[in-house]
Order: sequence, then C-alpha cells, then structure tokens
Amino acid sequence: MSTTVQGGAAARQVHQNSHAAPPVPLIELQNLSVRFGNRDILSSLTASLRGRAIGLLGPNGAGKSTLINTLLGFYRPHSGTARVFGYDIQSETRKIRATVGYMPENDAFISKFSAVSLVQMMAELSGLPAGVALERAHEALFYVGLAEARYRKVGTYSLGMKQLAKLAQAIVHGPKLLILDEPTNGLDPAARQRMIRMIREMRDSKEVRILLCSHLLRDVEDTCDEVLILKQGRIAHYSDLNEERRANRRFIEMEFYGANGDFSEAIQKLGCECAITANRMKIILPEGIETRDIYRLAAERDVRIRKLNFRRDTLEDIFLKAMEN
Amino acid sequence: MAVYRRTYSAYTGSLTPEWSRWLVIFRYSRRNLFRSKFQTALFVGCFFFPVVGLGLIYLANNLSFLKQLGGPADILTIDNRFFFYFMNVQGVLAFVLTAFTGPGLVSSDLANGALPLYFCRPFSRAEYVLGKASVLGILLSQITWVPGAVLFSVQAALAGPSWAWSHVWLLGSIILCSLIWISILSLLALALSAWVKWRIVAGALLLAMLFFGAGFAQAINAVMRTNSGHFFNLAYLMRTVWNWLFRIDIQPGIPVPQAWIAILIYCAICLWLLLKKVKAYEVVR
Repeated sequence: MSTTVQGGAAARQVHQNSHAAPPVPLIELQNLSVRFGNRDILSSLTASLRGRAIGLLGPNGAGKSTLINTLLGFYRPHSGTARVFGYDIQSETRKIRATVGYMPENDAFISKFSAVSLVQMMAELSGLPAGVALERAHEALFYVGLAEARYRKVGTYSLGMKQLAKLAQAIVHGPKLLILDEPTNGLDPAARQRMIRMIREMRDSKEVRILLCSHLLRDVEDTCDEVLILKQGRIAHYSDLNEERRANRRFIEMEFYGANGDFSEAIQKLGCECAITANRMKIILPEGIETRDIYRLAAERDVRIRKLNFRRDTLEDIFLKAMEN
Repeated sequence: MAVYRRTYSAYTGSLTPEWSRWLVIFRYSRRNLFRSKFQTALFVGCFFFPVVGLGLIYLANNLSFLKQLGGPADILTIDNRFFFYFMNVQGVLAFVLTAFTGPGLVSSDLANGALPLYFCRPFSRAEYVLGKASVLGILLSQITWVPGAVLFSVQAALAGPSWAWSHVWLLGSIILCSLIWISILSLLALALSAWVKWRIVAGALLLAMLFFGAGFAQAINAVMRTNSGHFFNLAYLMRTVWNWLFRIDIQPGIPVPQAWIAILIYCAICLWLLLKKVKAYEVVR
C-alpha cells in the first residue's frame, strides 16, 4: 500500500507498511486550494493520509489551521476538494462533523458556564441524550484532570485548565477523529507532559485517530506516526516517522581507539560504506549485517570501541530539510 | 470513559434526532436567562397589566356592580381599542425586556470565541440562530399574544358567542401584531448582540435605535419637508401596521403597504447582519 503526497511541483511517493492502513484514507486532499480575497492560503494540496496519528507541521502562516478549518467545512475551497473518512467536505460536512472532535487553538469557552455544563451542552449538540451527555461530561472532565474544578465557571480557569476543558469538550461525544490545533499552547512543562501523555493514550486506545496541528516539533514527534509539513500553503514534505526511524537504524556513528587501516578495510569488506575522520567512523550497514559483526571485527583486531550510536534523523532534521527545499 | 476507569472510550449509543438539536441551545440559553433576579422580577412585572386587564373585563361584563358604584353603564367597553392599548403597553414592556435579555444571548458566545465549538458539530448556523431567537420568541410571546389571547377568551366567555363571533378577527390581530413585533425585536437584539460584544452597550444601542430613530426621522421630515423620515422610525412603522390591524384610524404619513415592506426590510437587514457575524471563524481578506 502506498501513500502519495504532492505539493505543487513536488511529488513524493512514500511506501507504508500495510499492517495499520485502513481501506479508506483518513484524509484525502485532491488538488485542494483555498483563497481569501486575492491571497492563496492553500495551493493545490494533494495527499492521502492513513496514519493513526498525523502531525501537521509548519511555520506560522503555513496554512495548518486553514487546512483544519477547511476540513471542518468552515472555509470553502477555491478549487479541488478533500475527503475525511471518505466524506466530501463540501457536500457531506454534517457527516464529517458528526465523526470529529475539535479542539481549537484560541480561547473557546462560555465564561458564565461551568465546565460540566459547557461539556454537557456540547455533547448534547453532538446528539447525545441529555442524561448520557451529563454522565460523559463528568467522565471526560475526570479523564482530562479537571474533576475537582468541574463545577467552577470556565471563565475563572487558568490557561492550562482552559486547554483541558477544550480537550474535554472535544472528546466527550467519543469522536472517531480528534483534531487538535496547538494543544500544548501556553502550557507549563508539567502540563504539556500530561497533555502529550493523554494524546498518546488516546492514540494507543485505537478508538480514535488524531490530527495534531502544531509548530512545536517535539509535540508532533512524541505523538504522531505520520507528518505532513506545510510551507507557504504547499506541502513541503510528507514523512512516515516509523518508516524513517527504521531506515535510520542502518546508519552508525562510532568512536574507537587502537585501530589501523586494517579495521576499516575489514568493515568495507563486509559491504559497508564508511567514512573515517581520526578516531571516528560513519558506517552505513547493508542488509544482513548487524552491529555484532562490527564488534566481532573490532575484537579480532583489538580495537576498543568507545561509543557506537545509531544516527537518526530527528524531526527537526526532517523539518529543516523541508524548509530548505 | 467511566470516571473510575480514566480511559478514553468511543460512544456507540443512540443519538437524538438532528432536527431537535436547536432545542439544546434554547434550553441552555433560557436556563441562564433566569439566573438574574432583576430579569426574573422584570418578567413577572410584565404580567401586571394583563391581570389589570382581566379585572377590567370582569367589571365590564358585570355592569350591575358598576351601576352600584354610581358609574355610567358604558364606562368600560371591551373592543378593538381596549386590545390595541393592551398590546401597546405589552409591546413597550416586551421592548424593555428585550433590551435587558437579548444582548447577552450571542455576545457571550462571541466574546470568548465559543462559536467554533458549536459549528464543529453537526449543527448549522441557521439552527443556532433559531435556537437563540426562540429564547426571545417564547419569552416575549408569554407577555404579548398569550395573555392577549387569554383576555380575548375570557371576554368571549363572559360576553357570549355573538360578541366572540363579531370580534374573532381581533384574535388574529393580537397574534399577528405580536409576532411581527417579536420577530423584529428578536432579530434586532441578536444582530446588535453579535456586532457589539459588550452586552450593556448592545442593550443601550437597542434603546437608542428606538429613541434616536424617532428623533432622526423627525429631523429628516422637518428639514426635507417630507414624510420619508418615518422610514427610520421603527416605532412609527409598527404603529402604522398595528393601527391597520386593529382597525384604528390610520395615522397620516406612510401608507400601510410601505410600512409592511419597510418592516420586512428591517428584518432582512438584521438577519443578514446576524449571519455575517455568526460564523466559526471570520475570514480576514
């Protein structure tokens, strides 16, 4: 199974493992363009995203929130279209909204409502009967950690608590897709950790899929398995993080003492590509060769290996490369 | 997602019918309306005149009692003028009640950006407006045409079928003039509430619309020596239509059909202004 991603002239094909890929793509963008006045905000986005947790990355003004708002039917596409769970964003908006939970980026609350009333009302608007809505409102507020403060007016909450209340209203009706727009904005490190842990828990529950929009690379790296990077309204890069992590396991950085030319020759004879600088070596392992083979060669030649790391492209590397391109 | 389990779980139970979702907005908005003691007192105060009206109808239908007091037999006549004055008083009270309750309905959602929370669900802008307008619609109905209809029924019961049959058109007039007034007040209050997020200012603007509108209309009429200024006077337009509906002498100025059209245009403008603001996000072009 494959995922095709195109952004303007750039087109990439990324192969995915078939084990987690559902038959209908979570999000399918078909030449999607959004224009406000004369400004192109999103330009010809084409992609098919199937991951369990998808990260939407990009610098400020890249069009991340616009893409989310277009998927939710808040903005009309100028050309092209998109599908969420196979539903068209223009003709089947109501069906999409019935399956989605949305946590907006900015303040979104009714200050005179208590958290439990707000969350219950939102659940009822999603179609839950009043009694069930109240029960699930309590459960959602317990789950996000606002149990003690659930009868307080939301207007009196701190920034972190308001973020949690927004999360509670997004999950109260048990959506199939949870759209989180900058969920860790304004959170202190402990609260951020708690938010990330909850997102991971929900992802791992396999009952909900997540679209996380953020400009914080760490948040996306910690929670997502697919990343779509936007730049100036275009797709700059698509990355399957799990695939990248697996690919990077073949690249090794090593520091050693007591070696001569014989050691590097022996490694090359194994079929490895290697580059040596003083007592450091970078090695690309071919298929079938493992690190224990390197250790064996070192032991045979009395070479002491001081450090051996799998070099891996961090999301920051991927992001910076995408921005440079 | 049970409280004790603290895990996420999807919802697989039954859902309410989609057409009924606007009632959720109505219920929650109405619940908040009566949290203010002042508004509750104002609402109760609006029933003073209907109670007085009931007393007057009873007295008018028991002339022997009036004669005992030494008054003339026709001191009280329950006719179209009686109901016209009743509707005028209740109409003013409806306006005052709207000025206090209406502006808080939409502004509280707009003030803290709550609209995306509504519209990211299977819930449309039209349903939102319907839900909010129905709060005012039902509230104002309770103090206008509902007591009006009760007074008419009591009078019909006491005066007999011949009176009821010859005055049945009055019931239609009471209901129709109330509905026009309720519609324009609701739309005006919601539109102002949407554009002015500060509810006190929105309430003041609603009052200003009526009083400054009348002043502005008079100024235009005086300067331009015309009657067209009355189009800016909402109260005048309403009075023209009400006079026609209650078969009272039509006041000079604007013909009735033009007054009808002007009121409909006012309603359309309010609705347009309201829908322009009631969006998940505003597009900055």
